[in-house]
Amino acid sequence: MPKATPDLSTNCAGIKSPNPFWLASAPPTNSGEQIMRAFEYGWGGAVWKTLGQDPPVINVTSRYGSLDVGGSKIAGFNNIELITDRPLEDNLKEMLAVKKRFGDRAVIASLMVPCERQAWHDITAKVMDAGADGIELNFGCPHGMSERGMGAAVGQVPEYVKMVTEFVKEKSSIPVLVKLTPNVADVRYAARAAKAGGADGVSLINTINSLMGVNLDTLTPKFAVGGKAAHGGYCGPAVKPIALNMVSQIATDPETKGLPISGIGGVSTWSDAAEFMLLGSSSVQLCTAVMHYGFRIIEDLNAGLENWMAGKGFKTLSDFIGVSAPNVTEWKHLNLHHKTVAEIDAKKCIGCQLCYVACNDTAHQCIAVKSNGKNGTSSRVPYVVQEDCVGCNLCSLVCPVEGCITMKPVETGHKPLTWDEYVKNGMTGYKEVYKRVHG
Amino acid sequence: MDSNSRKIFQENFKEIHPPLRPEEALVEANRCLYCYDAPCVKACPTHIEIPRFIKQIASGDLAGSAKTILEANAFGHSCARACPVEVLCEGACVYHDWQEKPISIALLQRRATDEANLVGLEPFEPGPDNGFSVAVVGGGPAGLACASYLRRLGYAVTLFDREKDLGGLNTHGIAEYKMTQKVSADEIKRILALGVTVKKGVEIGRDADPEDLLSGFDAVFLGIGLGETKRLGIPGETLRGVWDALSFIRHVKNRDLKPLGQSECTVIIGGGNTAIDAATQAKRTGAARVVLAYRRAETDMSAYEFERALARTDGVEFLLNAAPLRVLGKKKAEGVEFARTAVKNGKVIELRGSRITVECDRVIKAVGQAKQISVAKTLGLELRPDGRIAVDPRTLRSSHSKVFAGGDAISGGKEVVNAAADGKRAAYGIEKTLRPGAALPPGNEYWVSTIEGRRVAPIPPRSEEMAHA
Repeated sequence: MPKATPDLSTNCAGIKSPNPFWLASAPPTNSGEQIMRAFEYGWGGAVWKTLGQDPPVINVTSRYGSLDVGGSKIAGFNNIELITDRPLEDNLKEMLAVKKRFGDRAVIASLMVPCERQAWHDITAKVMDAGADGIELNFGCPHGMSERGMGAAVGQVPEYVKMVTEFVKEKSSIPVLVKLTPNVADVRYAARAAKAGGADGVSLINTINSLMGVNLDTLTPKFAVGGKAAHGGYCGPAVKPIALNMVSQIATDPETKGLPISGIGGVSTWSDAAEFMLLGSSSVQLCTAVMHYGFRIIEDLNAGLENWMAGKGFKTLSDFIGVSAPNVTEWKHLNLHHKTVAEIDAKKCIGCQLCYVACNDTAHQCIAVKSNGKNGTSSRVPYVVQEDCVGCNLCSLVCPVEGCITMKPVETGHKPLTWDEYVKNGMTGYKEVYKRVHG
Repeated sequence: MDSNSRKIFQENFKEIHPPLRPEEALVEANRCLYCYDAPCVKACPTHIEIPRFIKQIASGDLAGSAKTILEANAFGHSCARACPVEVLCEGACVYHDWQEKPISIALLQRRATDEANLVGLEPFEPGPDNGFSVAVVGGGPAGLACASYLRRLGYAVTLFDREKDLGGLNTHGIAEYKMTQKVSADEIKRILALGVTVKKGVEIGRDADPEDLLSGFDAVFLGIGLGETKRLGIPGETLRGVWDALSFIRHVKNRDLKPLGQSECTVIIGGGNTAIDAATQAKRTGAARVVLAYRRAETDMSAYEFERALARTDGVEFLLNAAPLRVLGKKKAEGVEFARTAVKNGKVIELRGSRITVECDRVIKAVGQAKQISVAKTLGLELRPDGRIAVDPRTLRSSHSKVFAGGDAISGGKEVVNAAADGKRAAYGIEKTLRPGAALPPGNEYWVSTIEGRRVAPIPPRSEEMAHA
């Protein structure tokens, strides 16, 4: 009997879509025509490029910048584009048309107007009339709009977050997500404020303040507008770990635990998406990867997630959403008696000695090469002096050969001890599980 | 050049390893693992710090990359094309252990030095005059490399070459599809810009007395290479249409095809890399049939495997276990008669009644070059039994305290890169001999460190190190 195909449909804060992949509010969702094309490819939802008051904003030319790493294009991405520069009426008309044609997809209206009750009431009513399935409050945009008291300028002040969320909730009969800025010391305050204001969920992260570089020929900032640059918002694969951390913080914070999350930040593949979902996101939003490769990547996102779920025996997304979050904890709760050591598979080793130099120059000096004595030459295959190994992982990270260096758990025989417990025990009970360097 | 020759060069002498585009080079450079104590560096006779120059390409510092290359190898621009990298740096790449394609080190080296050449980079300066003068005999890779490092150390250098074009076999002997004469000329131009007095068309021993060099200079470097192609010692060797490989190749290099004539069938005699070069270039210049005859088995040939493969691709026929008995013909070569051979106890023996004749109109001898011993003899230098000049391997000083030697004259015939390494080693040998104990002029430490290769000692275990702290 063939295995039942996993069900990819999701319900994020009351917003339903046939799969968890939404286009983030950004250039890919600038028009109804683009969104319809994306839906034809199979995207589950789209957060409309942020709508504001008329007259629309004016954008500059030269808007995006990229960070290329080691020959890889767009490891990080930056933009200084503002919210939609199209008249509100055009967007609303198109939104209606999109919903009419793709009733099963999620269309979420991203909104940004000045912090006045009436302004928020007016625009909320308009997007509800246009058939939006949900609203996302753009409290995250870090460039341009923040100078005008909107976007991140709101998201950085928990009181404003709560106030504006309340404005919208007074009017809205559809779910409201609050999009959070990462440009704060602790994202949990804004999330708590959103919840207190009645938000149905949060979406994060928005982009990170960034300057992409300096042109070494002209000595002007890179991706400048006529030689001058303003900081932009940074996103793309490089920000994923920052986003994952913030998602996990909200998913594990006792005050916001259970608040629906739409995960954003560096999602490029189905596996990135699965990670966001394991940490508590019930939908994920993508932009950079789409801007790099186009809407067609949805085919691989859906297929990959489906195949992984089938392999894991997950039938629905709720089978795994949030299951990894409880394992994210504070440092003080980690087991000091846990021990792993590195092991090099000499058969797989190609002798590049990157582990050797990395360990000796920069880590804990526990990888050696055997000198065979002949003319001082040595074997190119290093070995781990396991009694000195602190289990830091560095060698396995620099090793270019898959599976050549593995971290092996070592049974110490000591019962688990956390820093928290160690302190409570009056700093006693720790058995040395690795060698510390004494001067 | 007539239109037919022009067509031949355009169509048949395209570079076999065309350059990487800048984007390709970037991708390739980023593939390099930046090995610690890298095997490629050890495999290079000049010990170029390959991971370093590749990293410099990856980071966009092409000038720095070219400088890293040219510090260690004064012929780095040529070696990027002329080196048999398959058996040197690229052959040592750790990617082989991974069953993956090694880093294209030669093409990356070319990327850096081409760019440097394009912008006219002159990375080095002559050292402050130290009052000593050196005569360099022979303007091939060994001599020119030696001259360049001597100039950087502050020696006055006079270079003698019997030809009108410098560069030796780097100019006249590298297969045209690997490297054109312009590359060699550009390399030489950069070296001579350091300020070398050049005496062209002067053959020491013929136009000048070697003894005069000893009295006129503080030291002499002999980079005189090898002599004439060896004789086959068989009848018919002097017939018209019988060529020695080096003059044949030289005509091709000079793009002077007329004297070579048309050939229906060319027979090459020999089994080394020069034989292959002659065979492929005979084919590419229009010979309808090219037969490469060697008296032993293919696996005994000294030609590299990749060179033999190239000859096969070019359609060269291999006649193995065939020893030439005589060149047939009255005035002009009309064929070669061979005896079939076998190898018994390491020796080639002729099989009775096995003679065969290959009809041809051209015969190219590529059986190695004789040693050039007259200058060495005049100077009373000690020679090795096979005629090579005997030298101290560390300094390349000969049995005469003022005379140093390098290149084919001491190796019996190796690559450009070996000659360049010798020139570098000898320059330092001269410095240590003439100015013992003197500090190196600034800016010379790096290339000196590459002579033996910058040996990386195993990092001592922590406990030992701390015990001494």
